Amino acid sequence: MMHLPLAFLSDFGDAIDFILHTREAQTGTVQVGGLAEVLDFTWEHIKVSGAAIGVACAFAVPVGLVLGHAGKGELLAISISNVGRAVPSLALIAFFVAYLGVGFTNVTLALVLLAIPPILTNTYVGVRQVDPDVIDAARGMGLSPGEVVRRIELPLALPSIFGGIRTSAVNVVATATIAPLAGVLTLGDFILSANVYGQDGRLAGAIVVALLALFVELAFATLQRVVTPRGLTLRDP
Amino acid sequence: MTTLAQVQFHERSGDSCIARNDFCPGWIVDHFDRYTDPLLQHIFLTVTAVACGFAIAFVLALVARRRHWLNGPILGVTGVLYTLPSLAVFFLLLPITGRGNTTALIALTAYTLQIIFRNIVTGLENVPAEARDAGIGMGLTDRQLLWRVELPLALPDVIAGLRIATTTTVGLATLAVFAGAGGLGEQIVTGSNITFKTGVVAAGGLAVLLALALDMVLLGVQRVLTPWRRARPA
Repeated sequence: MMHLPLAFLSDFGDAIDFILHTREAQTGTVQVGGLAEVLDFTWEHIKVSGAAIGVACAFAVPVGLVLGHAGKGELLAISISNVGRAVPSLALIAFFVAYLGVGFTNVTLALVLLAIPPILTNTYVGVRQVDPDVIDAARGMGLSPGEVVRRIELPLALPSIFGGIRTSAVNVVATATIAPLAGVLTLGDFILSANVYGQDGRLAGAIVVALLALFVELAFATLQRVVTPRGLTLRDP
Repeated sequence: MTTLAQVQFHERSGDSCIARNDFCPGWIVDHFDRYTDPLLQHIFLTVTAVACGFAIAFVLALVARRRHWLNGPILGVTGVLYTLPSLAVFFLLLPITGRGNTTALIALTAYTLQIIFRNIVTGLENVPAEARDAGIGMGLTDRQLLWRVELPLALPDVIAGLRIATTTTVGLATLAVFAGAGGLGEQIVTGSNITFKTGVVAAGGLAVLLALALDMVLLGVQRVLTPWRRARPA
């Protein structure tokens, strides 16, 4: 019994060794692991996730702002989140592979669909939560509807919008782990192709993916604090 | 498995739909039995994970109700568990708990804690002070106040949390196949299933339907447990 905890610690030690040093693949001949390869896969992981988040924001934020400003499409803006949650990310990726094929663009598209609902819903809710008196005051000062959106509703909704982006980003980074199933070699390849990278590679992949997700969460949490208008933080009890 | 099914299909009707790898609803109806066991396993994983998550989060919420300073640390720790990708957690646990249900259930349960905990705490905070005062005025002890006043009034928030947790867990449980715990994901990733159009739609569709069905069940539970919310003059 004494050697049991030691045994799993050495597994983690081997995994860290895989991250730091290259070694021969399980299949022989090629070299795998090492910082260079880990960074390569990390970069691919960030690229596909970043592209998806970028496209999702470019679509969902304006739509959410317009719907929220007009006070229309509440059912759509709210229920899209619930529907989005019910679709398994694995099924979404698989659907794209089966019907559109593999590749960077298709994976990005699947991840965009995954990322849109939280951003759209949070943008809509953020705009609707703006104090109507503030908007009245802005109109009274002669701001046009476009200016009300840009100078009042958008800044006041920013914390909520970034909350949505944060949810989506963490979700997308997690889902990008299964992107190798669709031919995009993210960090998930270490996990899914254990026949090449071995048990150490798989554990190494899990460690790096976990760290990346925590980093993204932390980064967006900080960003969310930074974009919160000072007036909003002052009002909080 | 897929090839075998194709052969059977050809013998039965001679249609080449499956051979062309189109979407064939008829095939799903004919081969529904191959989804029964994965579906049952999927339900088992989801219900067990949410039930365990609820039990742990409930205790944590009761602790945080008495000791408010614990609220922050609990949210922090469950937040980390919520952020970690399930797939990564499966393999981080592998050296410790091995392949199978245990690993999958630990990862899925860990994921639900934050959602459920946060909703129970919100629910308890949203109890009107008047209701609490009235309870105290009627001579209820702290424990009676919790069970007879606060928890019933917090129930809609609690159920809302359970609904989000359940729907999310149904989706994540498709990944349980990577932890060696089966489920509907098995019908998506095993072999060449991922390029099998009909199979992907069948397995994914069943997961979506399961999420909706469990959501309806929880909504029904809420209606039964909060009859006073229905008693509105017509």
